[in-house]
Amino acid sequence: MRALLAPLGALGRVTLAALALIGRVALFALDAISHMARPPFYAREFLSALFQIGWLSLPVVGLTAIFTGGALALQIYAGGARFNAEAVVPQIVAIGVVRELGPVLVGLMIAARVTSSIAAEIATMKVTEQIDALVTLSTHPMKYLTVPRVLAGLLVVPLLVAVGDVIGVFGGYVVAVNNLGFNPAAYLKNTVDFLEPLDIISSLVKGAVFGGIATTMGCFYGMNSGRGAQGVGGATKGSVQAAAILILAANFLLTGLFFSV
Amino acid sequence: MITLNGVQKAFGANAVLRGVDLTIDSGTSMVIIGGSGTGKSVLLKCILGLVTPDSGTITLDGQDVAKADRDAFLARFGMLFQGGALFDSLPVWQNVAFRLLRGSLKKPKDQAREIAIEKLRRVGLKPDVADKLPAELSGGMQKRVGLARAIAAEPEIIFFDEPTTGLDPIMAGVINELIREIVTEMGATAMTITHDMSSVRAIADNVAMLHDGVIKWTGPVAQMDASGDPYLDQFINGRAEGPIAAVR
Repeated sequence: MRALLAPLGALGRVTLAALALIGRVALFALDAISHMARPPFYAREFLSALFQIGWLSLPVVGLTAIFTGGALALQIYAGGARFNAEAVVPQIVAIGVVRELGPVLVGLMIAARVTSSIAAEIATMKVTEQIDALVTLSTHPMKYLTVPRVLAGLLVVPLLVAVGDVIGVFGGYVVAVNNLGFNPAAYLKNTVDFLEPLDIISSLVKGAVFGGIATTMGCFYGMNSGRGAQGVGGATKGSVQAAAILILAANFLLTGLFFSV
Repeated sequence: MITLNGVQKAFGANAVLRGVDLTIDSGTSMVIIGGSGTGKSVLLKCILGLVTPDSGTITLDGQDVAKADRDAFLARFGMLFQGGALFDSLPVWQNVAFRLLRGSLKKPKDQAREIAIEKLRRVGLKPDVADKLPAELSGGMQKRVGLARAIAAEPEIIFFDEPTTGLDPIMAGVINELIREIVTEMGATAMTITHDMSSVRAIADNVAMLHDGVIKWTGPVAQMDASGDPYLDQFINGRAEGPIAAVR
């Protein structure tokens, strides 16, 4: 009997641990939001986070978007040719990039570049007692470390998504015009005519949500890291995994919210 | 005066503090000694509120620290961490002047920098160190920067966590001397945790030995060698045989 119940017990433990983690993350996020509304606000740390998360992510976002846009144009052209629908390349590239690929890929790139870096930095600060030092210097770690990063993520990732959308569409345009024989003016006109305001709004909202998720996960795992190098490594790995999964899950929910028929 | 009454703290099944009773008089230098892993750092963190005790009370000048206004309470403290705990992303002077650049003690940037350089000079570092990053400094220099940061806001109480760990004997002597001088000239209350006996003799007015989660012996440093306490005797003479198990 005991052997039969053992798998159920293990499943229960995993489920309880997962629920406890979700609860802790939710409380952490609420705590971060409550600290955003109360002074002091560390402007220098906020500007530094804007620079780190926004400006320094531009190259990776741009490269990801341009290659994805180009590959998407090739795929749609090849797929569309099977039922004589090659002409829809501009429209599908635009909708695919703006609604889905732009925000999701930017979100995942931010998770890889920013979440990992935040988690590693804060976890190292914890391991080397820098977080304790902050407290003894009358500085709340939540306000000094988490709030500037999460706020920067919420504000700057939508801008990165917008940039990624434009570059992604441009990637499709370059490939379509140079390799697939599309007329440049007609391609641009079809793209602009096809996109609706809701497409762009959904893209930016997704960017803000993904930015919030990526930075919150980095801060949460960093603040709750274990001891030593292994603790820092575990925090970094866990933060990226959690951010990536949450970004993909949030994308599904937001897509349903914006575009369910 | 800092008073601890029956302070207990456990991490899971590991009871680290089992009822610590200790008094540290204002303006005196108390050194807590004890083997590695006996809870010295936990004790210090309990006083600062970085770790919450499971039971017992800690008072500062008669006021329960758990109920005190946190900012006002912390503003009275300075702390030198074992590894320095300097902020990697900030230059040395901003580390030293951290408290003076934000919060209730905020001063204009130029003035804060001036104070930081003066404190660096006080701990024997030249002004050209001010604009370096902590990673560019040696371990001894980082400790001194940590010391400068601890005294920058001229606190009433200063905690030193293993101030000489990892330093060569000469640098350890320099740090010990600095701590003694600074504590004397500032009239501050000091609490140091260490297992370096040369530090104890250089810094302490009073000594307390923590073992097995309780204070085994406490008294003036002058009485330490003739205490007759077998735990203290074994510890200060560094003997493998005695009531303290060598393998823990």
